[in-house]
Order: sequence, then C-alpha cells, then structure tokens
Amino acid sequence: MTDRQKAEAMINIMKPEPHRVLKIVRQTRAEYTFRVEWPGVTRDGQFFMLSLPREGEAPISISGRGPGYVEFTIRKVGRLTEGVFGLEEGGLLYMRGPYGSHWPVEKLENENLIVVTSGTGLAPVRTSLMHFIEHPEARREVYLIAGFKDRHSTLFDEDREMFSQHFHTVYPLSREKEKLPGYETGRVTSFLKDIPDEVVSTANYIITGAPAVIASVTEEFLGRGAAPEKIWVSFERRMQCAVGKCGHCKMNGVYVCLEGPVFNFTQAREMFD
Amino acid sequence: MGYRIDNAQMNDILARLAEDYRIFAPAWDRQKKNVRFCHVTMVEQIVLDRQTDFSTKEIYYPISQVMMRFSTDHIEDEELTDDRGILIFARACDINALGRLDRIFYDNGNPDYYYARLREKVKLALIECTEGFENCFCVSLGTNKAENYAMAVRFEEGSVLVKADDEDLAVYFSGEEEPFEPEFVQENRKRLTVPDINKENLRTIGKSEYWQQFDERCIGCGGCNTVCPTCSCFDTTDILMGEDSLEGERRRIWSSCMIPTFTETAGGTRFRKSQGENMRFKVFHKFYDFKARFGEAHMCVGCGRCDMRCPKDISFFDTVNDLNKEIPEQNND
Repeated sequence: MTDRQKAEAMINIMKPEPHRVLKIVRQTRAEYTFRVEWPGVTRDGQFFMLSLPREGEAPISISGRGPGYVEFTIRKVGRLTEGVFGLEEGGLLYMRGPYGSHWPVEKLENENLIVVTSGTGLAPVRTSLMHFIEHPEARREVYLIAGFKDRHSTLFDEDREMFSQHFHTVYPLSREKEKLPGYETGRVTSFLKDIPDEVVSTANYIITGAPAVIASVTEEFLGRGAAPEKIWVSFERRMQCAVGKCGHCKMNGVYVCLEGPVFNFTQAREMFD
Repeated sequence: MGYRIDNAQMNDILARLAEDYRIFAPAWDRQKKNVRFCHVTMVEQIVLDRQTDFSTKEIYYPISQVMMRFSTDHIEDEELTDDRGILIFARACDINALGRLDRIFYDNGNPDYYYARLREKVKLALIECTEGFENCFCVSLGTNKAENYAMAVRFEEGSVLVKADDEDLAVYFSGEEEPFEPEFVQENRKRLTVPDINKENLRTIGKSEYWQQFDERCIGCGGCNTVCPTCSCFDTTDILMGEDSLEGERRRIWSSCMIPTFTETAGGTRFRKSQGENMRFKVFHKFYDFKARFGEAHMCVGCGRCDMRCPKDISFFDTVNDLNKEIPEQNND
C-alpha cells in the first residue's frame, strides 16, 4: 500500500450514515419518491447505496435534487426497498455515496438531444431533463420518449406535463390497448421513426431501460446515422458494495460501480455478459 | 544467514512468537476433514504431505466477517479484539495469491478498511516447496517463486532450517548457524499453456459454443471459488440477533460467480443466465481481464485447488488449456 492508500484505508467506505427523510411522494402503487436530507454535491445519473439496519443495502439512482436534499424514486422489489417503504417522513435512511459516472450534461448543451427511457429508467434521467427546463438558453430541440407498462405505472406525472410544454414528448404505454389522453399505446421502439432524420444524425442521446431495450433502440438510431460517441447509456447491475470489491456488477473487465453506471456507447458496445 | 533449529527448540520459539503473533500453518481442522490454515503451536501439527484444501485467504479475508453492528438507530464498526500480528506459514502460490487480493482490495477503487486492517498485520513465512502436488501448475504461471516473505523455512526430519530476514522476526531466532536459501519447484506434472485472449478475440471467444459444455456439467455450487486463493467476491447481509430483535450485524460473506444468482437483481433480472456463461466469466477474469486491469500478472496462481474440490470433476486446468484449441479456429472465421 502507498502512504496515501494507508491514510485512505483508515476511512471505512462501507459504513453508511443516517439521513433524515424530508418528504415522501407516492408515484405509483409500487414506486415512491423519497426526498432525503443531503448536504453534498451530486452529478446527474449517479447513485447511492441506501440501507436500513436489518434490511440490507441496495444501489439507487438519484432522481432529483435541491438545496440540501436529494431524491430517490424507488420501486418496491426487494427486502431493502420494502423496508424503505415502511419509513415515514422524519425517519432515518442510511446512505453512502454518491457513486459512479454521470451524464455529461455540459456536452449535451446547445445540441439536439434525444432521450429514450423505459419504466423506472426515467428516474436517473430526470435531473438532466430538469436542467434543460431550467436552462432554455442551453437547449436545442429535445425529444423525450418515455415508455411505461400501463396507466398505473407512469412516473413523474406533473414533471412530464411540464416536459411536454418544452420538449417533443411521447409517452407510450406498452400494455394498454386503448389510447389514453396524453399517452400512446405501444412500445418506445415504435416511436423512434417519428424523429426527423436530420435530428437523428446530429443529436446527442441518453438511453436507459432493460438491456434488450437499450440494444434495440441504439441499433435503430445507429442505422439511421447516429454517431456512436454521442450516445450515452446507463446500466443497472446487482451491487453489494458499489466500491469495486464485491464483484457482482463486473462485466468481464468493467466494474459498473466504478466505471459506470453511465457509459458512452463506444465503451458500452464492447461490454457483454 | 540461517539457522538449524530442532523441533523442540522451534516449538519454544513458536510459543514466544505467539505472544506477539497469531500463528497459522497447514494443519488438520478440528473435524479432521480438511487441511486448512489453522492456529498452530507446535511444528508437529503442521501438515506438509498433502496440499491444503483451503488457501490462506480465510485468515485475512474471513469467510464471514462482521463489518458493523447496529441497534434501532445506530450503526457502529466492529472492533478488532486481537492486537497481535499474524504470522502465516505458506507456500509460494499462496504468497503470490495474497498479492492478487491486494490489487482488488487496495487498488480497485479506494482501499478496503476491513481487509487492510487484517492484511497489514500479516507477515509471511515461506514454506519451501520443491515438489508440488498432483494438481499444481504454478511453474507455468511463474508463481512457484516468491520473494516478498519475512522469513523462510525448510521442514526436515526432527528440525527446521530457518532464514529470518525481517528484523521483527530475526530477534526470535538464534542457535546453530547453517546457510539456508529456499529452493522452488522447477517442474509440475501439469503444464498450462496460457490462452492468448485479447481485446480483438474477446467477444468471439466469449460467445463460442465451447462454454455450453458447462451448462449441464457444472452444478453451480461455487466450491471452486471457495477454495481459490484469489477469488474475492462477497455478499453483504444483515443478520438479526433474534426474530424480534432490533439488534444485529451487517456481515460480508464470500460469494461465488459460479452460483446461478450471482448477477440477479432485486427485480429478478439475471445477466448471466447459464453455467457456461459463468465459466467463461471466471476464466476471463483469471486469464484476461485481471491482468488487463492491473498489469503485472494473471489472477490465477495455478494452485489447482479448484480441480481438487469440484464435485463434478470439472478441471479448471483442462478448461483453460483446452481453450487454446478454440482460439486459432475462432480467428480464422
């Protein structure tokens, strides 16, 4: 160990600190947004390890931020997240982070932007979308295709109404047969063709969701002339430590917790499970 | 300089060392089932005629380790209770393997607190190994030799030859001087040709049908990872003191990339779905991406314990050696 490492090894990077839950907003039956006291700096697309004593830990992306707080939009799917849903405002959530790479927002300014998300994949993108709402001067055309399963699983309803006023938006619902006001029926992949060619060939991209969705969306845009180095994706992986030790998120040579979760497509296309 | 020390004298020295060090060496465990690195107090306990079933890693990276204790609204670090150093009698393969674990726990991201506080106590006593065992292939990987040890020993009938370079340890030894420089095994029964996996052929080899043979053969027990001296993956879990208890502890427990659920997220997605994919992941880690990331050497040290352990008689040695046959064919595509 170097001297610097020796000093760093005195700090326990696995130990979480308690932070107060300021506000809880119900998004859907299974997804709530938790606003938590946090004094530090975060970047768009980064994540924290959230935990509760007795319930364990899980990696959760930042879905929002403001003065003195960060927000997490959490889906109730496992032991930890079920525990978090038992918290009330004023309760304590244990956190360590923020971890990982981030969306390169500065690089996305003053150029067209295409954002495609599915399900909770909208959560890690939300802060970057808010950036372009708050900075119209840095914005060109923004296309947002945010898909959900059905009418009960839509997220950030109020934000999305605001996005629709400033961006070109489509909100497809894959399992609804009838068209509902403000939504389309179908999958996100059905609406990519509506984006004009001149936008596709010049835009920056943010793409999130299940690996198969990321793959098919990316393939279509590349086929229409999108530049691989202008595409950014985010990977979700099992993590037990988030600091490069536990090995669970490793994809061959890449540790998603350290090098990701946000990857440029030129790197992401080399990675496979 | 070296010393020849008879066993009775050596046992006295071990007793004095034990005041300052916890001493580990290959010995039968309490159940007499496995040879592991156990606490020893006498030379006669040390087992040298067979390979240890487990490696030294359980000493400085315990199988199950309490990281933190918590109560209703409080989390605090687990304190170490033993102030003594750690002295390990180990062969060159395990000494080299410790260097591999250092890369993960020190250099991959920030250094790991729990590892560092045990690891920094470790002093290594090289056991001279000139024969090797049935499954060893250390010579092929250059791990038959080691230099970074504090002392070296050759166990002979009734006495030991000792060379103690480390000044903290040198003070314990005195007596009849006899020059001693440890020798290293020069040839194993098994010889490995390290396959040329590289950036260009990585995907082709990775997606090869070669790996499908393990879909059925491998049962995903993770035994290979458990005995591997360089496997470092873990799970964390919160354990309660009782069903209704508010007190508990957060532990980390060895995990295994060969277990089917290794990549499974809370939502149920599994990124590597077959045992073939798991085997490819393990082989790539041991023989490609560890070296690509940290330079110097491949992760595997060729101890062959995984081959000894596998209940389905899958040989990791054969798996890696046979991969060579796949590479020229793949390149001709």
